[in-house]
Amino acid sequence: MTGARIFAVGGLISYRALFYWLTPMIYIPSLMLAPIFQILLMAYIGRSAGLASDEFYVVGNAIQYAAVPCLFAMTQLVGGEKFQNTLSAILVSPAPRLPLFFGRAVPVVLNGAFVAGFSLLAGSLILGVHIPAGAILPLALVILVAAFSCTGLGLINAALALRIRESAVLSNVLFGFLLIFTGANVPLSDVPGWMQTVAQGLPFTHSIEAARDLVAGASLASVADLLGAELLVAGTYLAVGYLLLRFFENQGRRHATLERS
Amino acid sequence: MRTLRLLAVGWYFQFKTIARSPFEGFGQVIWPLFFATVAFMMFRAGSDPKTLLYASLGSAVMGMWSATSTTAGAAMQRERWHGTLEALVAAPPHFSLILLPLTLAMSTIGIYCLVATLLLGRFVFGIDLTVEHPIAFGLSIVGTVLSLGALGFLFAVSFVRFRAAWALGNLFEYPVWLIGGFLVPLVLLPGWVRPISWALAPTWGMNAIRESALGGTPWPDLAVCLALGPAYMAVGILMLDRVLDAARRRAALSLT
Repeated sequence: MTGARIFAVGGLISYRALFYWLTPMIYIPSLMLAPIFQILLMAYIGRSAGLASDEFYVVGNAIQYAAVPCLFAMTQLVGGEKFQNTLSAILVSPAPRLPLFFGRAVPVVLNGAFVAGFSLLAGSLILGVHIPAGAILPLALVILVAAFSCTGLGLINAALALRIRESAVLSNVLFGFLLIFTGANVPLSDVPGWMQTVAQGLPFTHSIEAARDLVAGASLASVADLLGAELLVAGTYLAVGYLLLRFFENQGRRHATLERS
Repeated sequence: MRTLRLLAVGWYFQFKTIARSPFEGFGQVIWPLFFATVAFMMFRAGSDPKTLLYASLGSAVMGMWSATSTTAGAAMQRERWHGTLEALVAAPPHFSLILLPLTLAMSTIGIYCLVATLLLGRFVFGIDLTVEHPIAFGLSIVGTVLSLGALGFLFAVSFVRFRAAWALGNLFEYPVWLIGGFLVPLVLLPGWVRPISWALAPTWGMNAIRESALGGTPWPDLAVCLALGPAYMAVGILMLDRVLDAARRRAALSLT
């Protein structure tokens, strides 16, 4: 019961804190306008290069941009607590860590899904990409799973923020790798084999492919294997992220480095 | 002479500070490399791989703009956080002479981005870039840096009333990449976008760098690029005077 309370109340407070940090002056330019410009940039480069259709870039970049809220907001979990000098108080508490950390991940997942969904809608409207009505609900599910998966990677990022100072640089680096490797902008069939292999273990790869199939008219059942693969990736990253958080928490206690910022 | 000394010392000081910042130095150099990599991969896989050379130069200048836009937006806010804004505004020289070296230092960091992107293209993607007019190429880079610094100055002044100015600076990264013709020929964009492109120094700087590298006539583009710099500065100084005056009246200079 205590675990459930920590999960829900901790998550709710974290959600409020997230939007204390993400005020409209930050939220609108960073998470609503910037993804639209990324979609437009990539779609026009795609036209210039003669590589793929607008639909390809709208779907790929809308989902990939969820990396910004998922990676940065999860890092803010640790970075924000450090900045406000509350990290030690949280980590010294006897609260079970699983609901403590995972409760804080829930608003990040929902926010990431909203950003991807909004970007997909706006990008489709601007570039005239048709999304079948029957694909909307399955797409919402795919986007939610994509955000969940990237939040797993964000949890690893948050754990590393216990150890390193420049977590924002690391978030940018992870975003860049996802941009290159997940097939958001270059079909995976056109990249070297080793990159295709790496892509299978990254968030977004399977969900982007599933979303493209859905927009092309496929049924939810036909992309179930891709969704399953994305959930497997998500579960793996969440587990590794949780273990790393515990590891670095212990290291921080041993070496008195929790407050180092 | 005193003014030139102030600009030079200010530029050197700010350049050293930024170059040692992991986010503004290292981060700003590697961030455009991800987009350059994607662009190289897209053009290589596209219908005409010969356009890789075009992409290589465009991606290189993308980095120069990134270094300026993302940090210029937050320039004044950073001084606020450091608690140095009031002292700088109260100093005898005009505040523009203190702010300009900062934004020029940011755009100078862009040269790292340019070199890093060209090296990435050469050694990872095998793009062999032979510069046809080396002197014009060098002058085009210097001219672009100066104009970007002036545009950064205008950005820094324009966003001073916004607490989250860094978010606005970030926002302008993609649009200028797009409408500056770095990777997308302007003819592919809607007609109403072109006048906006022409008002931006990066568009002309990009043209000058590309023309000098590929063997065209860079001088007209470079001239327009250089002419836009003082125009940005003039508008920026007018705005700065108004903003500082309003801030003094309302005692809002240190607003955070």
